[in-house]
Amino acid sequence: MTTPLLQIRDLHKAYVLDGVTIHALRGINLNVAPGEFVAIMGPSGSGKSTLMNILGCLDVPDDGDYHLNGQDITRMGSDQLAALRNHEIGFVFQNFNLLPRTSALENVETPLIYAGVGKRERRQQARAALERMGLGDRLGHLPNQLSGGQAQRVAIARALVTKPSLLLADEPTGNVDTATSTEIMALLDELNQQENLTIVLITHEPDVAEHAQRQLFLRDGQLEARA
Amino acid sequence: MNWTTALQLSLRALGRNKTRAMLTALGVVIGVGSVIAMLGIGSGAQQRIAEQLASMGTNSLVVRPGSVTRGGVRTGAGGITTLTRDDADAIAELVDVLAVAPSVRTTAQVRYRGTNWGTAIEGVTPDHVTVRSWPLAEGEFFTRRHVLGASHVCVLGQAVARELFGLRSPLNESIVIKGLACQVIGVLTEKGATAWGTDQDDAVFMPITTVQRKLLGITHIERIEVTAVDREASFRLLKEIKSLLRQRHRIREGQSDDFRMYNRAELAQTSEESARVFTWLLGSIASVSLLVGGIGIMNIMLVSVTERTREIGIRMALGARQRDILWQFLLEALVLSTAGGVLGIFLGLGGALAVARFSALPVTVTPVSVLVAFLFAGLVGVFFGLHPARKASRLRPIEALRYE
Repeated sequence: MTTPLLQIRDLHKAYVLDGVTIHALRGINLNVAPGEFVAIMGPSGSGKSTLMNILGCLDVPDDGDYHLNGQDITRMGSDQLAALRNHEIGFVFQNFNLLPRTSALENVETPLIYAGVGKRERRQQARAALERMGLGDRLGHLPNQLSGGQAQRVAIARALVTKPSLLLADEPTGNVDTATSTEIMALLDELNQQENLTIVLITHEPDVAEHAQRQLFLRDGQLEARA
Repeated sequence: MNWTTALQLSLRALGRNKTRAMLTALGVVIGVGSVIAMLGIGSGAQQRIAEQLASMGTNSLVVRPGSVTRGGVRTGAGGITTLTRDDADAIAELVDVLAVAPSVRTTAQVRYRGTNWGTAIEGVTPDHVTVRSWPLAEGEFFTRRHVLGASHVCVLGQAVARELFGLRSPLNESIVIKGLACQVIGVLTEKGATAWGTDQDDAVFMPITTVQRKLLGITHIERIEVTAVDREASFRLLKEIKSLLRQRHRIREGQSDDFRMYNRAELAQTSEESARVFTWLLGSIASVSLLVGGIGIMNIMLVSVTERTREIGIRMALGARQRDILWQFLLEALVLSTAGGVLGIFLGLGGALAVARFSALPVTVTPVSVLVAFLFAGLVGVFFGLHPARKASRLRPIEALRYE
């Protein structure tokens, strides 16, 4: 068996909201192998976002182990987490999260800036990433000049430009119409199959989750395989 | 992330909101501009005062006859006649003395043909020109020989020349002073009023001997102006002259002086001190506006951090470290303050020039004041930019990302 890219053991996370402690995650166990496409489903309030934040190294668990690509993230400081997000993880968000009033090209360049890539190389890689997404003619467009599908493809280009080992997609089709949704999912399938990109998809739409090889349900803070 | 990239990010962020950036920088522009202009006006005034003091003789002190009590009656100042030109010569021998100018003074009607003018007649020696650093406009000053011979010559102040001769040159003309015909051999340049309002140009200067013997019929003198080699020396001289004159006038222990002295250096110090205070005052008032400009930067940066919370979250998700965010916002504040500083320098220079042109005030903008104002602006940027930048960098990524 290959070493898992993601290795999670007995993960716990609680947070306090309006004075009430919410135990969002109560002992999550999950292994994701390199090249796998996993969908995590669950009703709203099931802890999907909390899990997503921890998987994306945006937050740290209260208890339990999380190894990403062999690195123990529970022992990392904020700078190391930032570096890990930069190198290992590509984010695709429901609301695209493109930098406002910033061109598509500059958006895609941003992670490379924090990776310390030089200007010329940065521009070249960002352009290539956008061209691969079929956006070669949209380099100078601002987010508000792009359609939903285009904006999400810019976000995917930005997620992949640092060649991460994990693509983390949080409801990537939540803000687009059906046709665009189909297009984006086809793109993710293609990236998974042709480039062997590991994808963890978080969604509440069953037909979107269908694209994954493995579907998991988050219920009461625990993961279970779909029956 | 290297410096140029960080700077580019900041410039781009500022460029997205140009009006706001310009208005924010405007506070610093006005602050730096007013600091430079105010310091310019202040040091100009300081310089003007220094010049006036120099023309008055800053390192000089004045000896005058004192009062004396005879049979219970105290005469006023200058009531005794013990001060002589020999005293002046003795003072001139002292080491710290640069020049000595004894003088007597009276007032008289001065006549020239049909016109006349009441003015001060000052009996002085040729050293007078040096002591009061007062050059001639035309002709020349009388010489030692004129003094020895008690010659009937005189040098006119500008006001007297104007009153008696109008626009014509008074040189070699003869004027009559108390029945004495005197030849005009020189005219002094315009000097203006003293600090206490006497028109210095309204006077006629004659050899001291001529005034003593032919106008007043006296042998004593009324005033000795002593120029010390420097300001320190002027303070030493006060004591030296005191003991010298007491000895010469055979004043016994316990008896009071028959002369009085005052030191112009003291006056000079006071004036210079007040000019400095004036400069500081202007500078501090202007600094307040720079401070207000800085608070404007902080205000806008705080608003900007709140507005861009989501952007900060996105950047953090994409791999920005806390210090990357800190530097981005700090650099934005610094760019605003230094750009404001540069524009403020021009505004300050322009303002100083305008003040110099439209008022009689001299204005001197020194490179030091420009540098200080600019550095102060930079400091303001760092100081007021640091808090918003820290606030931005300490946002938690998940909260920033979810911020609506």
